[in-house]
Amino acid sequence: MQPAIRVTELLKSFGPSRALDRVTLEIMPGEMVALIGASGSGKSTLLRHLAGLVLADRDSRSEIEVNGQLVQKSGRLAANIREVRESIGFVFQQFNLVGRLPVITNVMAGMLTRVPLWRSLTRWFHASEYSQGLEALARVGMAERAAQRASTLSGGQQQRAAIARTLVQRAKVVLADEPIASLDPESSRRVMDILSTINREDHCTVVVSLHQVNVAIKYCPRTIALRRGQVVFDGPSERLTPAMLRELYGAEADEILDLPDHISLLQDRRDNVAPLPSIQAAQAG
Amino acid sequence: MAATAPLPLAATANLPKTSWSTLLVWGAVLGLLALSWQGADMRPADLVRDSGNMAKYAADFFPPNFANWQLYLKEMLVTLQIALWGTALAVLCSIPLGLLAASNITPWWIHQPVRRVMDAFRAINEMVFAMLFVVAVGLGPFAGVLALWIHTTGTLAKLFSEAVEAIDPQPVEGIRATGAQKLEEIVYGVIPQVMPLWVSYTLYRFEANVRSASVVGMVGAGGIGVVLWEIIRGFYYAETAAVLLIIIVTVTLIDFASGRLRRTLI
Repeated sequence: MQPAIRVTELLKSFGPSRALDRVTLEIMPGEMVALIGASGSGKSTLLRHLAGLVLADRDSRSEIEVNGQLVQKSGRLAANIREVRESIGFVFQQFNLVGRLPVITNVMAGMLTRVPLWRSLTRWFHASEYSQGLEALARVGMAERAAQRASTLSGGQQQRAAIARTLVQRAKVVLADEPIASLDPESSRRVMDILSTINREDHCTVVVSLHQVNVAIKYCPRTIALRRGQVVFDGPSERLTPAMLRELYGAEADEILDLPDHISLLQDRRDNVAPLPSIQAAQAG
Repeated sequence: MAATAPLPLAATANLPKTSWSTLLVWGAVLGLLALSWQGADMRPADLVRDSGNMAKYAADFFPPNFANWQLYLKEMLVTLQIALWGTALAVLCSIPLGLLAASNITPWWIHQPVRRVMDAFRAINEMVFAMLFVVAVGLGPFAGVLALWIHTTGTLAKLFSEAVEAIDPQPVEGIRATGAQKLEEIVYGVIPQVMPLWVSYTLYRFEANVRSASVVGMVGAGGIGVVLWEIIRGFYYAETAAVLLIIIVTVTLIDFASGRLRRTLI
């Protein structure tokens, strides 16, 4: 069987630092795979490469295929990238909906490649097409919000609408980049349940990057773990014991262990914000 | 935390203080004004010396003579119509030009030339364009429409492109990820984000164009300006006062109405 996703020798540098270091992996159709790692380990960068939103290094042998179609090779997008993207649904951490458009219009955007250009530009959709959009919204429990502006929804609702967009797209592969990192626990659970349902009922291949390993173990049979741009683990999620994680990540392991979302967020902030010089001086004196 | 501790001495170094460079800037401004005194033919003493004359001149304006009010209102309406068409055509052109001039939409070899052309459109005052168009298409309101169209396109396209450059790129990426093409990214991802600002800028330019349209007539480009020019040249001051009052009231009403409209749309 042909893999749904094939990544070969993916190399990506931001200036002198390696964001992805010769990543090679295969994911088969119908799999639900978690991508874990601390912040800055390359999870988002990897997912964005899969949809051709970011290009690999020019002089590398990097090659990415999704659904048997080339996405990019040696830092160049495939000529038919838009056709390839049609079969790839992408769910973003910040939802990336257009706030001023109604939910249903945001969802209909998943159909743009299927309608003629003059109709998509005039937002002219047929009743049968609208009913596909409403059906998708109903599946994520959002049908009654269809006419509302996307910006008036809560984060969890926006994320569910974003998933409805990938349903309308009829994506065979759904890539979710930290889909629950900005959500409360209850919304997180609903979003993960929906992704899991899509995987089971629609036979979508789902790759979801996650901050917490317990979520990965609960929803995904397979986990790929990244550390500093390298794949350090690729196997059954249940093998990811705390001891294993400490072996893989050392001190960084705390960040992806069982900490509730808000606590790990707070820790991020504390690490990133340097104390003011005057406070340092006051503490020193 | 030691909130009551006094600020360490090092922190006071960052407080703002009057520096030599500030004094230098003020000196340069005053120097520039002094240098321009003669060129601008500044004669403040004349204001006092000729104040008697001026009071007599001002008195000639009152009471305003509204005998020809039907003509004035008719021409004021023409002025509004010039402003309306000039603005509408400018908006139509500024949508594509504003997108082409945005650095987050087009590569530099497109947005740089477009911006330079818009700079040129904007640099030349609508009065100058009006004079040129009067020669090209003859006396009358159409020359005024063309003048406002060109000048306003220069202004609006720049404002539109700045709004486009300030958008949040994430929703656009969301649209791109579905396999949409560039035009669809713009219609679904960009336009909805810039719409409130674009509407606001358009209304603002319409207000400005009503004011401009009332003067382009002075070079023969139609509307109330033609009337104004003729009565000023004929020393009909009471009639001039009437026309000025009509312009003031109309412009104020338009400003007020479009200001209200702008607030409800944003």
